[in-house]
Amino acid sequence: MSDTLDVGVRPPTRDERLTEQSLPARILVRPEVGALVGAIGVYILFFAVAEPFRGLDALATILYAGSTLGIPAVGVALLMIGGEFDLSTGVAVTSSALVASMFSFQLTANLWVGIAVSLLVALCIGWLNGYLVIRTGIPSFLVTLAMFLMLQGLNLAVTKIITGNVASPNISDMEGFDSARKIFAQEWSIGGANLRISVLWWLLFVALATWVLLRTRIGNWIFAVGGAAHSARGVGVPVNRVKIGLFMTVSALTWFTGMNLLFSFNSVQSGEGVGNEFLYIIAAVIGGCLLTGGHGSAVGAAIGAFIFGMTTQGIVYAGWNPDWFKFFLGAMLLAATLLNLWVRRRTEVTE
Amino acid sequence: MSDTTATGTRTPLLRLTGCAKHYGNIIALTGVDLEVCAGEVTCVLGDNGAGKSTLIKIISGMHQHDAGTYEVEGEPVRFASPRDALDRGIATVYQDLAVVPLMPVWRNFFLGSEKRKGFGPFSRLDVDLMRRTTKSELAAMGIDLRDVDQPIGTLSGGERQCVAIARAVYFGAKVLILDEPTAALGVKQAGVVLRYIVQARERGLGVVFITHNPHHAYPIGDRFLILNRGRSIGYHTKDEITREELTSLMAGGAELEQLSHELEQAATAAANGAASPSDAAGTTGRTAPAAEKEEAK
Repeated sequence: MSDTLDVGVRPPTRDERLTEQSLPARILVRPEVGALVGAIGVYILFFAVAEPFRGLDALATILYAGSTLGIPAVGVALLMIGGEFDLSTGVAVTSSALVASMFSFQLTANLWVGIAVSLLVALCIGWLNGYLVIRTGIPSFLVTLAMFLMLQGLNLAVTKIITGNVASPNISDMEGFDSARKIFAQEWSIGGANLRISVLWWLLFVALATWVLLRTRIGNWIFAVGGAAHSARGVGVPVNRVKIGLFMTVSALTWFTGMNLLFSFNSVQSGEGVGNEFLYIIAAVIGGCLLTGGHGSAVGAAIGAFIFGMTTQGIVYAGWNPDWFKFFLGAMLLAATLLNLWVRRRTEVTE
Repeated sequence: MSDTTATGTRTPLLRLTGCAKHYGNIIALTGVDLEVCAGEVTCVLGDNGAGKSTLIKIISGMHQHDAGTYEVEGEPVRFASPRDALDRGIATVYQDLAVVPLMPVWRNFFLGSEKRKGFGPFSRLDVDLMRRTTKSELAAMGIDLRDVDQPIGTLSGGERQCVAIARAVYFGAKVLILDEPTAALGVKQAGVVLRYIVQARERGLGVVFITHNPHHAYPIGDRFLILNRGRSIGYHTKDEITREELTSLMAGGAELEQLSHELEQAATAAANGAASPSDAAGTTGRTAPAAEKEEAK
């Protein structure tokens, strides 16, 4: 080596070892594409075997089933991209519905008061989850598992104390019910199909989350805190605020799902919701979210939830034994995880 | 920058005088002097545990010095956080803290300082501007990227360092602190990074280049600070020192001679041992258990 280096800019040269990526390979690294391929496959399968599956009313039912999972799954997907987990979401949906109905019922207040209180409680739970994860450094898996158990206990015990029962009181004749139902659980009949408003909310939330992820600064930060929190902090990203904000977003969406549940059925069972947290996470994973964070999409999670809707309803329409549902679930999860693994291998840090 | 062509009398961008840092009763650094001028590269050399990291942490605002003075453009400072240092134009590129591997190159380039357009709730990323700027800034540094949308993790280690350097330059750094940028790289990649350090210098930045490789430091350095066990054992400008002297200082001179002597002895001993393995089979300890086994059968 000489004592002085050539200072001039070298003419840019193309590395001869670099080959152009094939088109399929480039498309497949998009997080939602695997889920889309899966969704088309499942749709064709049920379309072929189940005659009732082909109708418009069946599609509306599938979309509704998808929306009940899909709305919280949007939040869960954002949180997973941000590198964290939330296992308390399933029972948090029930908690929100219970708080809203029982608060209003006990104080004979307008239902909108209960709805607001319930949102506040939900946001506090989300904040607490996030704060504990940030402050203690305990993995969110454990923190939210603890929250899951505590909420489950509270749901059952407090409902028993207040109503002496395992369900919340019927609220359909209370003040504010009709207006709240219009917002959270409206139905329209269009050409024989029963379209529910939660499907529209679901699409709106997916669109909003996608916009935030891809086109705003916050979205950039979400990917960064999930991908490499240290690096993100080093360049001035407020990592703690982003993570706590994500936990609170999840809580807000579970609250919304709880309201949908409450105003669809007028009353909720206090033991409901257990196990749903896994369905939300699985929808996000099938949709291309990496368990380790930093990669994924809201559209993917929506497609994941749609696959769920198709599978649950499709098995019924096809007249199969519903026991097969869980098998489908497992198989799809495995396929999605393998695809994710492949994606990460492609983009792994090369040295 | 007006003072890049001045000589001699200009105020250095950074000046440390008699700096010291203690962690409890451990003296991590003591009595260190250092100057960084615009358009110059100041190299900090030292073995592991010599105090290089402590020195960067003081300069980058992560830690505060316990004694001595730290001046930025002639003004004494005490930084409370790396953000303060950044605001004064002192940017640090850490070896592995630079980027988020799964994110596209352009998102990494602007991470934490995103360009936006629109107002209030419609405020959004100016994606086109950021893509274009990333491409042109990297091109100005001589890096030709096929696609600024590729995840930065797919770039080589040297290229990632260069992106991090280009980013610091673009965001108005006056002083660039590079923490062992060539440590994990192969010979050719290291050469590429050194070239960009020279580029940054030519653009009028002051560079602090931390390394333990005198062969990387000497060709591009203007000043050399050699640390050993938390103390400065030499602070020289380039005309005062040759590459051989630098290498020898860096390795601890006498220590290195001692080491090479020991290694030679070890090598001779090993050669003697290897020459007669079969003759010694019955007598050496190593083969004894095998012999016992034979008997047991």
